[in-house]
Amino acid sequence: MDYFVNVTITGLTQGMIYAAFALALVLIWRSTRIVNFAQGSMAAATTFIALSLIQAGASYWVALVVALASGFVLGAIVERVIIRPVEGGPELNAVIVTLGLFVAIQAAIAIIFGSSFQSFPTPFGVRGFEIGETTIPLTPTSLYVIGAVLVTMALLVALFRFTRVGLAMRASAFSQEVARLLGVKVGGMLTLGWGLAAVVGSLSGLLIAGGTFVYPAYMDSLIVFGFVAAIIGGLDSPVGAIVGGLILGLALSYVSGYAPRGSALVTISALVILIGVLLVRPGGLFSSTTARRA
Amino acid sequence: MSDLQSSPSAAGKATDEAPVVATAGANASSAQASAERSFLPQSTLLRHLLVLLGSAVLAVALLELSTPYQNSQLATLTYYAIAAGGLTVLTGMNGQISLGHGALMAAGAYTTALLLDADEPLPLPVVLLASVLVAVAIGALVGVAAARLHGPYLAGATLALAVGLPGLAIYFHDIFGGEQGMRVRAPQAPEAFESFIDVVSGNNASSTKWLAYLGTICLLITYFFLANLVRSRIGRTWRAVRDQEVAAELAGINLGAWRVLAFVVSAAAAGLAGAVLALVVRLAAPSGFTLVLSLSLLTAIVLGGLGSLVGALLGSALLVFLPPFARDMGASFGLDQTEAAQVAPFVYGVVLIVVMIFVPAGFVGTIRLRRMNAKAKKAMAQAAADAAGRR
Repeated sequence: MDYFVNVTITGLTQGMIYAAFALALVLIWRSTRIVNFAQGSMAAATTFIALSLIQAGASYWVALVVALASGFVLGAIVERVIIRPVEGGPELNAVIVTLGLFVAIQAAIAIIFGSSFQSFPTPFGVRGFEIGETTIPLTPTSLYVIGAVLVTMALLVALFRFTRVGLAMRASAFSQEVARLLGVKVGGMLTLGWGLAAVVGSLSGLLIAGGTFVYPAYMDSLIVFGFVAAIIGGLDSPVGAIVGGLILGLALSYVSGYAPRGSALVTISALVILIGVLLVRPGGLFSSTTARRA
Repeated sequence: MSDLQSSPSAAGKATDEAPVVATAGANASSAQASAERSFLPQSTLLRHLLVLLGSAVLAVALLELSTPYQNSQLATLTYYAIAAGGLTVLTGMNGQISLGHGALMAAGAYTTALLLDADEPLPLPVVLLASVLVAVAIGALVGVAAARLHGPYLAGATLALAVGLPGLAIYFHDIFGGEQGMRVRAPQAPEAFESFIDVVSGNNASSTKWLAYLGTICLLITYFFLANLVRSRIGRTWRAVRDQEVAAELAGINLGAWRVLAFVVSAAAAGLAGAVLALVVRLAAPSGFTLVLSLSLLTAIVLGGLGSLVGALLGSALLVFLPPFARDMGASFGLDQTEAAQVAPFVYGVVLIVVMIFVPAGFVGTIRLRRMNAKAKKAMAQAAADAAGRR
């Protein structure tokens, strides 16, 4: 029973990170109809920026803020310079461009920061809370992860619901032509959207790095998991992305915790889940549009 | 492209435009080509046989005039080119992207390693055929799922395949050797090969040379097969499925079945490439089939021009000859060895971006577009002159 609770909590914590990453993919997909395969290496880049700051003596929180800010700048620049020319074009071209970006950034990280494994600190302990005699498997770090993702999501909801900028962003995601006629600077909104998505992506990168080792390709599996989570949710729905992330996190945690030598099977089970979902409901579990062929 | 209501039509428009530029390399019309170059025979099969013969002679000359090191580079080129050829048929001809070809190559490589590990290994052609069949089986499985997907969905699903499948080699480490991988016992060159080399050039018939020849033979057979396939009814159907889903379906084409077929053919090439890789590298290990391998193949076909076999060959040459060059360049900038090794993937990524933004048709496709434009202009000038003359 203890073990089950432990595995479940691990799954929920991981699922929150997948959800944040999936949310970043969904934000970009809604505004530009592009799946950003470079999201993982962009997040890895900001994580390495944070790591070098921490190694230089800065506190975790300063590094976190700088990393998120540089994520925003990176996302905005990428949209303006690289994505803009292929926006609205053939979907294959956009896919190939983001893949190119993925390889290029990952290689650049290895060139600049080296490709060895480096440990990344976490601001809170990884020992479970103690209630009386028993230690429950909920650690301060997992609380921090869950809290950080929840706060980010609340901020995003507030932005989209209650501010003029959020309204303009929703308008330009809904219909570029109409938004432009009504005086919304659609180009700027797309850049802002990519920047925000990169911030959320960077956050998930920093959270998954906490307490473990980082190397240039450490986000490779998170891209897959984030993508699968987003697909489970239907790519179009932020709520779907979060639910998808949690479902995937739990499923993978159970595979890893209960199957013999399950940790080697995690990625392949993500593939099986992905194929299963796509075969049963090609639009994802939360798809609202019925006409779109996935 | 963002509006939920209008996005289906916008997506439709995008797919209308897609093949015209990005896959121009796939669209050479063989009838016109043969009418223009009258020294080649009219029959596609005969023409391809002639090209095959010419390429074989050229390949022998190239292999005999180059150093042993260059021989091993050419052996590397052959397996990249075989896999890229399969991928370019899938992506350029049928419009399906696959990031999972590295995993399919792994299937071929591990099959070869396992079969050659036996006490009395099967003859080499049987081993190669078995590798192809295993890759075909996996390709068919993935293809059935892939046939229902498009664009980013397909890319993501095959990405999961590329990242996930090597994990199986670690899970079943009793059979596949885990992280260490499996050593591959490369078979001896037959007597006939040694006497052939003796007659042709008198060079030393080393095992490196034998593997380079083996790869070249596989490459030529694969490309001959693929070239005939894309010029046939099958190739035309694939292009119809790629360009106009609705029109193709109205014409009685079963979209799903043809997509699966394209994936299977492509997987067969990847399986053969994996088998040749295992023989040349003499190792089948998970670290050899990373995501970067799949993305390098994509770089090769995008650079050469989607859908063009010549383009795939040229792109593969880049994959072989660029890394040493890039490593030296990196070293001259004061990078250490592991850092300098990353310069090549960095260049691949930049090439993918730059080519897709500025010359989406790639190398061969751009040349074909130029030639078609020139021809169209000439025809228009001719028509204008005719009209003026009549008046």
